[in-house]
Amino acid sequence: MKREGQVRIPSGCAIAAVISRAGERMDGGLIARAMEPMHDRSNGLGGGFAGYGIYPEYRDLYALHLFFDTRDTRKECEAFLREYFEIVHSERIPTRRIPAITGEPIIWRYFVDPLKSMLASLQLDEKEYVARAVMRINSENRGAFVFSSGKNMGTFKAVGFPEDVAEFYRLDEYSGYCWTGHGRYPTNTPGWWGGAHPFTLLDYSVVHNGEISSYDANRRFIEMYGYRCTLQTDTEVMTYILDYLVRVQGLSLAEAANVIAAPFWSTIAGERAGDPEAAERHAFLRTVFPSLLVTGPFSIVLGFTGGLMALNDRLKLRSMVVGEKGDRVFVASEEAAIRTMEPDAENLRAPAGGEPVIIRVKEGAY
Amino acid sequence: MTSIQARGLDHKALNDRLRAVQGDCVIEGCCGQRFIGAGMSGREIVIRGTPGNALGAYLNGASITVTGNAQDAVGDTMNAGRIVVRGNIGDAAGYAMRGGQILVQGNAGYRAGIHMKAYQDKFPVMIIGGRAGSFLGEYQAGGVIIVLNLREPSGKTVGYFPCTGMHGGKMFLRSECRETVFPDQVTARPADDADREELRGLLGEYCRLFGLDEAFVLSAPFTVVTPDSRNPYRQMYVAN
Repeated sequence: MKREGQVRIPSGCAIAAVISRAGERMDGGLIARAMEPMHDRSNGLGGGFAGYGIYPEYRDLYALHLFFDTRDTRKECEAFLREYFEIVHSERIPTRRIPAITGEPIIWRYFVDPLKSMLASLQLDEKEYVARAVMRINSENRGAFVFSSGKNMGTFKAVGFPEDVAEFYRLDEYSGYCWTGHGRYPTNTPGWWGGAHPFTLLDYSVVHNGEISSYDANRRFIEMYGYRCTLQTDTEVMTYILDYLVRVQGLSLAEAANVIAAPFWSTIAGERAGDPEAAERHAFLRTVFPSLLVTGPFSIVLGFTGGLMALNDRLKLRSMVVGEKGDRVFVASEEAAIRTMEPDAENLRAPAGGEPVIIRVKEGAY
Repeated sequence: MTSIQARGLDHKALNDRLRAVQGDCVIEGCCGQRFIGAGMSGREIVIRGTPGNALGAYLNGASITVTGNAQDAVGDTMNAGRIVVRGNIGDAAGYAMRGGQILVQGNAGYRAGIHMKAYQDKFPVMIIGGRAGSFLGEYQAGGVIIVLNLREPSGKTVGYFPCTGMHGGKMFLRSECRETVFPDQVTARPADDADREELRGLLGEYCRLFGLDEAFVLSAPFTVVTPDSRNPYRQMYVAN
């Protein structure tokens, strides 16, 4: 399996998301159709989706999705998994053979429970334990790659156009309360299956359109906290930054947004008169986490259990539109994608750079 | 008018159909097809639905009307003609346009009028009825940008960093712009009588088109922004 970074391609992407605030489940065909009018934003070198609420029958187990390059790698990796987890159920992820998708690795999913004895002896909380196991497989076990590791959610990604990737993974056979989608136009790396979006860790998934100029500064900082960036792509580091700020540091999503898309100092100075509290908060976050300021163009959708957050870089160098209809909220790089999901979408607006749009599903509905 | 159904056509097929049809036409069911009307002249095109990015790129005299919203890069590098949008427009509208008019009823995204320029008899005009996002008129080199903020007058007329790198042309903002910070190389001042006379000439057609009372539109304070220097880069480079 050729990894990212072995070839460099100098170089746009498409993102879309839909969420039901009432927690009603929608089949994955909806998000797949949203990608169609944005076809030209991708170049066929990556497409992917994340669905939340898709595994209700295994809702208390971590759903690990893995790529393997050979049968032997799978056997080896399964032996590793058994040391740390009880594998409650495992199977090949069902796919549909289509001419547009070729060169697929071996694709499996495992519904696992961390071994209580191991948890106790390592004195780790469950999520940290799973995150470390994922990091270990992805950085040490060449030929195996975990591309999804949350509970009651899953990502599905491949090299191809997003519409084809959806057909390949039979996305219309899953239903979830939230979906995100991505069409890739790789700008720095060749595009392999693991490098397609969404990038995930635990239940956090990120789809991203853009190119982060602060990648190396961000990577150096985040790697001090046990994260290992194995893919040389900017979206991976973004996923770990959000995991670190929200799960590990306990920041709210809005605060995390103020760290990575921090307002300019001149804007903060302007806030001092009208909203001194906001100015104070923004200055504090910039001072504490200067190395996690993400510069360069990005529009992202972060998916998590029970909600999503859409965010643009502070200069808004990428497009993003939000609309709604009834209990559903839609996010996309282009309004056309929203109109494809819901022709009568209302309240269409383009959030400002650095302004997070946070949507949560009603408590108890997911 | 001839009608073209856009459903199921990609941008190339739709533009090929548009070129094959002579004269004025209506595009129905548009959803994201890019480059509509690129380089066209001498005809009228009405679009129902949501046209894709770079609507009317290099437009050369044709008149395009969008009944809803338009996406990014409307009128990219347009040379002549008119684009009327009855909804909002996305980012980077009028990118490097050097002639013609972009008339928007709603709001504009970021970077409207970026690198707009005038040349000889070419004089581009962009009028935005709602608010404009940050970086309005970035690197503006010529022509006129007008923002009216008629929809939510209590909110800010423009976002952050307007006129960054502006070195030509003129901007009219229907607001006193008390909270707006302009860069050092431009002058922002209240409109005087001569400016108002100029505005009257520019706004007449816009008000007729959208059914607005011109006297009401002109009744509010306007801020006029112009660059200070004819050669803002003089200090940055060696004279030769």
